[in-house]
Amino acid sequence: MVDTHLTSLPEEIINILESVKDPEVPVLSVLDLGVIRDVKIDGKNIAIKLTPTYSGCPAMDTIAMDLKLSFAAKEYLASVELVLAPAWTTDWISEKGRQALIEYGITPPMGEAADKSALIHGEKIIPCPRCTSTNTKMISQFGSTACKALFQCNDCLEPFDYFKCLK
Amino acid sequence: MDNSLYQYLLILGDNSMILGHRLSELCGHGPTLETDIALTNISLDLFGQVRSYFQYAAKIADSEQTEDSIAFLRTERKYRNVLLVEQENVDFAHVIVRQFLFDGFHKLLLEQLMQSKDETISAIAHKSIKESKYHYRFSGDWLKRLGDGTEVSHKKAQDALNKLYPFTNEFFLESDIEKEMSAKGIGPNLNILKETYYSNIHQIIAEANLTLPIEKQRVAKGKLGYHTENLGYILAELQYMQRTYPNMQW
Repeated sequence: MVDTHLTSLPEEIINILESVKDPEVPVLSVLDLGVIRDVKIDGKNIAIKLTPTYSGCPAMDTIAMDLKLSFAAKEYLASVELVLAPAWTTDWISEKGRQALIEYGITPPMGEAADKSALIHGEKIIPCPRCTSTNTKMISQFGSTACKALFQCNDCLEPFDYFKCLK
Repeated sequence: MDNSLYQYLLILGDNSMILGHRLSELCGHGPTLETDIALTNISLDLFGQVRSYFQYAAKIADSEQTEDSIAFLRTERKYRNVLLVEQENVDFAHVIVRQFLFDGFHKLLLEQLMQSKDETISAIAHKSIKESKYHYRFSGDWLKRLGDGTEVSHKKAQDALNKLYPFTNEFFLESDIEKEMSAKGIGPNLNILKETYYSNIHQIIAEANLTLPIEKQRVAKGKLGYHTENLGYILAELQYMQRTYPNMQW
């Protein structure tokens, strides 16, 4: 049994994990999202520990299934165990993931204090992912999914999602 | 099986489940698109928490229980939720007031459960508290908007508060199970939370320009399995598929 840290996983395994995307945000791989907590390799058997973003996130079942199928396609047998502790935080989204979010049109999480100012006191600090203006307003605390809030840019007038900070 | 722990998980899970169901009834019926999405997102969070509690309950149960059988295959008297969460939606003001009164308690409860000596309950609480803070913010903001809004919205919010506030007393009526869990360090001593709860919500109620009802509490024994007639209707809908197609799975 090889106990492997995520960073030192064999390239083939990393590539398979990179190919599995969050079905709600298809530019983020499960590694970018930070939901893969542990991977143990035993020959062709792969034991994965997966943590949910939000308790009720419907993407979790899909992700678990996608992981199994992606590994099966490369002739591995993957098992997925859901772990709750430690609880997922948006800090675990990788830098690459944050860039991918911006390019996809979603503003990545800014931090707890920023969220308080923007979501409660309506301060204009959340940048528009399209024109980078911070002259934006919150439309709804809950957006297209539980993890996002809906904003609109007052300059380019485009609506956009903001990935809420979860700590 | 540790029957007390099992029952305690039902007390914790059933509140989220029945409130989650009530909110799910609003899917496609919210007053605006944004509130519709928000309420159903809150519902989803609550159902996620229920799954964690019931998966754990199924694990410690002796018999062949699953999260689904616990959720769907109990009779009315076996549900342990407080009466507040089963009250009808009526109108948007009722939905918000019910949510606000629950969220205020839920947040305090989860803060305590994070310290639970039971590792799984503590993990679920660490996860859920983050979501419940958002819920409380949402319902508190809307309470102020309704209470401090137009004459009509104020009246509707006040009516809902008059009707629902007396149910809050039940949060703090400790059942034998809760007393036992508190003694074991698994659950909190609910009496300690009471003062903080009322001081927190009274502040927001005052900011919303609403007044406390004259009737402050009522007899409520939901945690012991005695429910209002509402729960029967909820279960009729909730359990329909399992009753019609026993053992069906998605």
